[in-house]
Amino acid sequence: MSEIDLTPLQTELQKYIPLGRSGLLPALHAAQNIYGWLPQEAAAEVAKSLRVPLADVHGVIEFYSLFYNEPVGKKIIRVCTDQACALKGADGLLKRLCQRHDVEAGQATLDLTLTIEQSPCLGLCEQAPAVWTADNGRWKVGNGKIHTDRPRSMVYGQLRELTKNCGKKTTTLAKYGDYSAYKKALTMNPADVTAEIKASGLVGRGGAAFPTGVKWEGAANATADQKYVICNADESEPGTFKDRVLLLDDPHRIIEGMCIAAYAIGATKGYIYIRGEYPYIVPVLENALTEARAAGYLGAKFDIEIRVGAGAYICGEETALFESIEGKRGFPRVKPPFPTTNGLFDKPTVINNVETLCNVPLIISKGFAEYRSIGTEKSPGSKLFCVSGDVKKPGVYEVPFGVTLRELLKMAGGVEGRKPLKAVLFGGAAGAFATSDHLDVKLTFEDLRAAGLPLGSGVVMVFNESRDLRDVLKRLGRFFAHESCGKCYPCQLGTQRQTEILDRVANGGALADDFIRLQDVGWTMTDASLCGLGQTAASAVLSAMKLWPELFKDEGTKMKDEGRKLKVEGKKSKVKSLKATKVSKVPKVSKVSKTRKRPVGTSSIKPKNKDVKKGAR
Amino acid sequence: MTNQIILTIDGQQVEAEQGAILLDVARENGIDIPTICFHEATTANALCRICVVEVEGQRVLQPSCIVRAGAGMKVQTRSEKVIRARRTILEMLASTMDLSESTEIQHMMYEYGASSSRFPDAQRRESQVKDDNPMYVRDYSKCLLCWRCVQVCAEDAQYTFAINFDGRGFETQIGTFFDKKIPETSCVLCGQCVAVCPTGALKPKREFLLEQGMSAQEISVLNSGRKKRK
Repeated sequence: MSEIDLTPLQTELQKYIPLGRSGLLPALHAAQNIYGWLPQEAAAEVAKSLRVPLADVHGVIEFYSLFYNEPVGKKIIRVCTDQACALKGADGLLKRLCQRHDVEAGQATLDLTLTIEQSPCLGLCEQAPAVWTADNGRWKVGNGKIHTDRPRSMVYGQLRELTKNCGKKTTTLAKYGDYSAYKKALTMNPADVTAEIKASGLVGRGGAAFPTGVKWEGAANATADQKYVICNADESEPGTFKDRVLLLDDPHRIIEGMCIAAYAIGATKGYIYIRGEYPYIVPVLENALTEARAAGYLGAKFDIEIRVGAGAYICGEETALFESIEGKRGFPRVKPPFPTTNGLFDKPTVINNVETLCNVPLIISKGFAEYRSIGTEKSPGSKLFCVSGDVKKPGVYEVPFGVTLRELLKMAGGVEGRKPLKAVLFGGAAGAFATSDHLDVKLTFEDLRAAGLPLGSGVVMVFNESRDLRDVLKRLGRFFAHESCGKCYPCQLGTQRQTEILDRVANGGALADDFIRLQDVGWTMTDASLCGLGQTAASAVLSAMKLWPELFKDEGTKMKDEGRKLKVEGKKSKVKSLKATKVSKVPKVSKVSKTRKRPVGTSSIKPKNKDVKKGAR
Repeated sequence: MTNQIILTIDGQQVEAEQGAILLDVARENGIDIPTICFHEATTANALCRICVVEVEGQRVLQPSCIVRAGAGMKVQTRSEKVIRARRTILEMLASTMDLSESTEIQHMMYEYGASSSRFPDAQRRESQVKDDNPMYVRDYSKCLLCWRCVQVCAEDAQYTFAINFDGRGFETQIGTFFDKKIPETSCVLCGQCVAVCPTGALKPKREFLLEQGMSAQEISVLNSGRKKRK
């Protein structure tokens, strides 16, 4: 391996040394900015400076998709091939890009000027097919035709409460006005602030729908020398892009919400953890934080640090997010204990989604009673829906809780393509499917629950009659297999088995017992997984199996399957058959064949396993 | 015995200390719950999920290796859901890795009627045997990622931090810094990782060589040669 100059890294690392292990992700980002990837010497230098064991640094690099331990192109083009983008021709776009540059997806060109990759959801579903280009510390996003420094915000709906400042470019502090809600909160007793949030009936908008006030109360009541407030901006649920719009267009509302939360629970330190795929938001947030500090809202009593993720959907799970801030692999923790008592650095922590925090200044300004005048009794307030797929006007829709799916789709211009509605994926990849039978379901927590649909993060992804749902399911399976952290067995193994079966289903080669296999895998993940990712990794698939069982029982493939039908084994032979698997068949896709080609002139570093997987995407 | 409570396990009323680990309570009362990743010498991470049980009022199954007993708790260790989860996890393990030396898991498969051929055409985790140091060999085709070796190498025992993880999800594997050979890492050859490995993925070099057909005589010659001072 050629020698690299560590001087610029050593200078850069000075900033992160005081953070210790918690500085690991920022330090690795810094190193990657300098060298374009993470050579061994750079990783070792980071380890030495931050006093983190070498093996642990390696483990962290290996975990995050956006960290590379082998050379990559100076310019990296990532094309999202998840559901919404696939509808708009993402596969073809990727293929054309690869052909034009004579490179395979997941590989770098020989001269290391360019890498093209398939990517999981980039949070740009309303401008599909999404392409994110990173070039020497600069970014462009677009759809393969038009590319800009930051994505456009398409904001519609019946209300402009949460989205008051959205759709008109970034709001400066001057435009946002003073933090009047925060100022009002400061005149109140902290307990009264929490009581106000509790009375408002606000529940979390990230997907789990936990009552925000209860969360705050738990952290407020915990005794500790240090408490934290975290804004979960790791928006990565396929089909979700509302937080991106809020962060980009109205950062001060989020910061104000965090200030109020900090006051209510007695926190002195806050973090905004933003996904690595939203680099264009970071300078906007930095600028807003600087403005808030200058105005005296942040500083002495409470301050906020930005942390940037590195390509791991699991880090949106709250405890995995803590681990990530602490400089570790994003493994979710077992609960209890809960974050309100044992959160970040084992201290009481309130962690709220971006949209949830945006509701906070509204509630404090108006008072809970007026806030509740919008929405329904059990689902007060307004809600942002991320409408994408086959609709004429995809975008973020702010509506009061209680409008029906039919009304929402009408606002979005109806189903695109002169075809009737086939399905709506509700709540994201971790959600469930709805059909035209559900058009009159009111979009509230209570009505959706009754209809067996999760509100999740507000995803409404529309598919018209011409769409192949097997392909949609295949992509869902691939997403979860790519994003499982690998900690607990049901999800680590189940997401892989699920994607294999869904691949067979999509390719018309389903085996006779695949329906039952898929069900067993799905329910095992749902019932026995450690965290929310595994518990919902089969949610959409199981809902599809209920709605369209025929999709999984391929008539044409039953014959093919005759030969390899599962033998009904006696109990004893089952144990013996273990031995038989020892000399198992060569895996269908061997690891070697999936390994991406190494560019010329690089060292003998083994390609990362996850890259192997990426190549298969 | 200050805070004695009563809970129900499989319809049987049992007495336990408030906050005792459910797995211990069950075992003390002669109720068997299987475990894979659990080891009394390492921090329980509740990751294999084989020890899950159904607790009344809980939405999802609960790992008994970390859940604590509470008064009035109603626990089922063999409900339909529990059996399905255990059986499917075992079947997925068998379709992924080499369990030929994991006798405990083979017994579990027999008990739960798990078929090793349940998942045809499944991708397996296969890798070459890593024989790079005088003390032990690593065959990660047999590794079921119980994490115990990583744990004892780190804060659970040795504070050596020689090993961690490669990849993530299904592609996870135990690995060293940039795949370095064991002698080039911080490993002190303490052997604790070998001692806690449940599947024969980590094996003493001597045992490995014997299995390869070398005689004890040949192995001792190998060793004596190495011990000679120059």
